[in-house]
Amino acid sequence: MKILLPFLGVMGLVIVAFVGVELLNLQYLFGVIIPYVAFITFMVGVALRVLKWGKSAVPFCIPTTSGQQKSFSWIKHNRFDNPSNNLEVVGRMALEVLLFRSLFSNTASSLKKEEGDLVHGSSKWLWIAGLAFHWSFFILVFRHLRLFIDPIPPMLYLVDSLDGLMQVGVPVLYWTGLIFLISATYLFIRRAVIPQVRYLSLPNDHFPLLLLIVIALTGLVMRYFIKVDIIYVKDLTIGLFKLNPVISHHLGLIFYIHLFMVSVLLIYFPFSKLMHAAGVFLSPTRNMPNNSRRIRHINPWNYPVKVHSYEEYEDDFREKMKGVGIPVEKE
Amino acid sequence: MSNSKPDELSQINYMPPDEDWMDTAVHMKKGMYCHGANENSLKTVGFPNPRQWSSSETNWKLPENWQEIVIKGMAERLEKYRSFHIFMDICVRCGACADKCHFFLGTGDPKNMPVLRAELLRSIYRREFTKAGRILGRFAGARELTEEVLKEWWYYFFQCTECRRCSVFCPYGIDTAEITMIARELLNLLGLNIEWIAGPVANCYMKGNHLGLEPHTIKSSMEFLVDEIEELTGVKVEPTFNRKGAEILFVTPSGDLFADPGTYTCMGYLMLFHELGLDYTWSTYASEGGNFGSFTSNEMGKRLNSKIYAEAKRLGVKWILGGECGHMWRVLNQYMDTWNGPADFLEAPVSPITGTKFENAASTKMVHISEFTADLLKHDRLEIDPSRNDHYKVTYHDSCNTSRGMGLLEEPRYIINKVCKNFFEMPENTIREKTFCCGSGSGLNASENMELRLRGGFPRANAVKYVHNKFGVDMLACICAIDRAALTSLMDYWVPGVRVIGVTELLANAMKMKGENDRQTDLRGDPLAGADDGEAKEDSEDA
Repeated sequence: MKILLPFLGVMGLVIVAFVGVELLNLQYLFGVIIPYVAFITFMVGVALRVLKWGKSAVPFCIPTTSGQQKSFSWIKHNRFDNPSNNLEVVGRMALEVLLFRSLFSNTASSLKKEEGDLVHGSSKWLWIAGLAFHWSFFILVFRHLRLFIDPIPPMLYLVDSLDGLMQVGVPVLYWTGLIFLISATYLFIRRAVIPQVRYLSLPNDHFPLLLLIVIALTGLVMRYFIKVDIIYVKDLTIGLFKLNPVISHHLGLIFYIHLFMVSVLLIYFPFSKLMHAAGVFLSPTRNMPNNSRRIRHINPWNYPVKVHSYEEYEDDFREKMKGVGIPVEKE
Repeated sequence: MSNSKPDELSQINYMPPDEDWMDTAVHMKKGMYCHGANENSLKTVGFPNPRQWSSSETNWKLPENWQEIVIKGMAERLEKYRSFHIFMDICVRCGACADKCHFFLGTGDPKNMPVLRAELLRSIYRREFTKAGRILGRFAGARELTEEVLKEWWYYFFQCTECRRCSVFCPYGIDTAEITMIARELLNLLGLNIEWIAGPVANCYMKGNHLGLEPHTIKSSMEFLVDEIEELTGVKVEPTFNRKGAEILFVTPSGDLFADPGTYTCMGYLMLFHELGLDYTWSTYASEGGNFGSFTSNEMGKRLNSKIYAEAKRLGVKWILGGECGHMWRVLNQYMDTWNGPADFLEAPVSPITGTKFENAASTKMVHISEFTADLLKHDRLEIDPSRNDHYKVTYHDSCNTSRGMGLLEEPRYIINKVCKNFFEMPENTIREKTFCCGSGSGLNASENMELRLRGGFPRANAVKYVHNKFGVDMLACICAIDRAALTSLMDYWVPGVRVIGVTELLANAMKMKGENDRQTDLRGDPLAGADDGEAKEDSEDA
């Protein structure tokens, strides 16, 4: 059920696009209105969510220290895993966000039942797949910018030619598209097959993966099989960008499915776990330096509390203290 | 004690059941949970809903509007803690944390996977605080807050030791310790505490330490240790109590005054400070370094912690030295200054022996004993004969809190390498920031939950077993009072033949004191390697 439901959901969305475009001829709705709504929902939704997080206080300095603290000059300090100032925090965050450093250190534990021994070995598959997935996704999105910008800036050409390096056939095969599809599929299968991961997954963990797989598939189909003329796509996208959208009837069903799925993804994003993309930057266990003994961290809502004072304590025990010669304030 | 034998207990099944976790009701298994908090313990500190109740009965005597209290409590904490807010929203359930938890590895219970432990709370957060959860319900991972859910919280948030191991591996740094702390605060609002925490909290509040030792008892316990030291070394050490004008206030967990092997570490402190001629004092009012308050609520943690600065101020010391303890140092490193600072009445700590300025403690003015000692050894200010520890083969257990809440990794190792010659590390994925918890931290070191503790400590013990078999390791060194108590039971069960020792005890074994007699035994009466046997052996049998 946890997998079937989101699968049916994604299929249902494909059908919605099919019915809307093929049978009801709602090209304007699917090509213009929904993308606009999606874009606005995404921008506003993400901004509001981040603002909401930002409003929550950070009362304590609680970095997870994953390496040696800065103490003496003769003990080697681990700057990236236990940063002691903001610059080192930037380093830690960069490694975390760009290279998934924490996931890199992932281990897998297994029990040898006969000996009763636990073995903890290195495990890099999730790291590799995660890194491939996110980086190829990022480059894909970046490459799509050429649909919105005219003339195309040289930076985009560079990325394009790097991505198409080791040219395979015509049109040029973009490696990122393939890597993205493979890694997303791996992540989906992993979630569906490994018993513990399947057990802890929710329907809304499968849903975005399936959605992304359909987006990747439709994208690849458009590029390599049922070719969509990029000129007409660009007419629409640049029109959307310039707030003067024009619908061309040269754009086929597969393009609308692709665009609709992207729109759904944008709408879904701010209300889902996909917000980890923004949240990781605000995570207090990663984005704070471990310097709270050197510099006092201020809690904005710190308030006075009821304590049991020394005077009260001495009142309770004065005679006993005097009896054993412990000095007291009041004789 | 668990009735199962080690080879039975280690037959752990990691396969989750077919039924979805939301449909699996909590089954409270005896030996896996603690007694509920007593009415009086809660009353002493003014905690909500004090009453006599039992966690093994069905009726937990909740206040009528308990749901409202919990939801309001969550709303308030979402604003107060960005960590909580973010960690509720951004988990992608990648599962990297799943097999990082010692309780999961020791029980196979899927709700001990950190991600699912957090989902117990997240599912309610989604239902009450997110649109998706309210509209889509279970599809979005949301569920209703029922009494069943509340009992599930209680059971599983007191099966987490707040060790932060999962947080090291999480790509977003999601820290189950934060989530457990908040969950325990929420439970505390309903009076759902455990006595093993609430009792020590009440003790500490009224008497200054978890064990409830009164001032005269502290002094007599210490006098006993002083006599022991004199008997062993011929040197009479003279600790002082509540002495105004001392340069340094020394604070350590009260557990070290009470039972061995902690008492040996305490003897180590006394010997070290005497040898240095340190101008320091103990306090009977601030006689607790640990902080069980922090296992119930932020506010209670602050209330107990306040005594340390208050006493330092009253006595007019210059700075504070802290003993070996795990969670004590999480609190001192990440909370104390924020709660009860600024300690502007103290001076930035400087070692009176070496002149080293402890820059990293310039604001809290509190230095860790391992930092203090490592600096002494670096400057050769102690006469050390490491061969006096030749009769031990030592490995070192990093405490969760000093490693993942501080990063004190090398200082204790530096000391160990200076004071003993047979030191062997456990496998690398089980030490330093990846260290495994003793299974009894965060106030779970009771006796009625022994099966939980043995299971939770299994990954730690298993790594010790590895070096025990491979190198003949027979001493497990640590810098934590709870470890000294908990690891001892753990070793007796899983790796018989391995004992537990504080790093300062190891140091004191190797330290040659001015005017000491010809020492034949170490602090616990074991004959020193190379010492004339015969007489010494008889001594050790007496001890």
